[in-house]
Amino acid sequence: MTAVETGGTGEETGGDGVEESSAVVSGDVLAVAREQVLERGVGLTEDQVLAVLSLPTERLEEALKLAHDVRMRWCGPEVEVEGIVSLKTGGCPEDCHFCSQSGLFESPVRAAWLDKDRLVEAAKQTAKTGATEFCIVAAVRGPDAKLMEQVRAGIAAIRAEVDINVACSLGMLTQDQVNELAAMGVHRYNHNLETARSHFPEVVTTHSWEERWETLQMVRAAGMEVCCGGIVGMGETLAQRAEFAVQLAALEPDEVPLNFLIPNPGTPFAHLEVPQGADALMTVAAFRLALPRTVLRFAGGRELTLGDLGAEQGMLGGVNAIIVGNYLTNLGRPAEQDLDMLETLKMPIKALNDTL
Amino acid sequence: MEPPAADAGAQPFCAWCGGARAEGDHAGCERRLATVDPPRHCPVCARRMVVQVDPVGWTARCSRHGESAGTNGFA
Repeated sequence: MTAVETGGTGEETGGDGVEESSAVVSGDVLAVAREQVLERGVGLTEDQVLAVLSLPTERLEEALKLAHDVRMRWCGPEVEVEGIVSLKTGGCPEDCHFCSQSGLFESPVRAAWLDKDRLVEAAKQTAKTGATEFCIVAAVRGPDAKLMEQVRAGIAAIRAEVDINVACSLGMLTQDQVNELAAMGVHRYNHNLETARSHFPEVVTTHSWEERWETLQMVRAAGMEVCCGGIVGMGETLAQRAEFAVQLAALEPDEVPLNFLIPNPGTPFAHLEVPQGADALMTVAAFRLALPRTVLRFAGGRELTLGDLGAEQGMLGGVNAIIVGNYLTNLGRPAEQDLDMLETLKMPIKALNDTL
Repeated sequence: MEPPAADAGAQPFCAWCGGARAEGDHAGCERRLATVDPPRHCPVCARRMVVQVDPVGWTARCSRHGESAGTNGFA
């Protein structure tokens, strides 16, 4: 695969001319970011993020370098590695337009439950990579009693055999469920806001952005780490992408997973284009400049959007965490390939005792 | 019961879209199978399969033709 071009000219960074001209920032935004974000650790404002997203492609390399410097300064050189697995696949009652697991679309994905033995084996395989996080995911609006019981049994079985932090992603929670998960020792809870608040109604109609926000607030209050990110390339404008970055910053999540849309057959977003590499990398840099201290994780879609060398550029452009191996319904590249990449880049993997 | 052959390209149906391989262009399907997607349709009969993805592999079960498994792409 080829590297994402960073020195070319004339390639649009996405969006349209109107929103590019609306980014009102005095002075060169990267020079401003160097003083504000790198030196003082203050994330970019919405206008400033938009100005970064609107930079011409020939400045991508410069933006990535600055984002990398910010990551090294405020997060350090370690990379957090994670594996994820789908405990309950498909048949979801929600209509998230990017998701092949919605039962409301004519998707080829059929419902499936992972048995406990295979769940534990997945955790073992993940731990073997040096990963410190293993996230159990279910395609649901929120967990019912059956799912909570399976999660409880699964976590107990993992704890008996595997030394790894367990995270969960089970949709929207009640306060009782938040309390239960915290009591089970769930280290981190993932619940993505997915996109800017202003764009969310174009992506999901069966629940609101605010409902997701409420779950995240309960998760934090219960003492679990908050993992919240989204998907780039769902028809949002650059201004909405900037809006999303600062909305995430306001949430102050411990981790932001950044996905790039994989247009899946049968979903309402099947017709959308795979996000372009240069556009995606500028987004990586902009998100790091908006969120100088968070764990910024490469998640799904990087294989199609960035390829192998583009992933390296992202790791040198502000990203400091990575999901290795396969995803929930999509495949990733082999974990060994990502681990080799980190070794080549001389980026140490964060150890488990550094995460507690 | 015979599991789908490893050489999916020799089978009558596309494991990604479920269409007849003899009809239409499946180059895009094969790209997806080689990068980010496990098989979703049985390449022998085109039935939708029950697919489970885990961090290191996938299994796909056709109600008629049994289970196949792999680590990366299927193409």
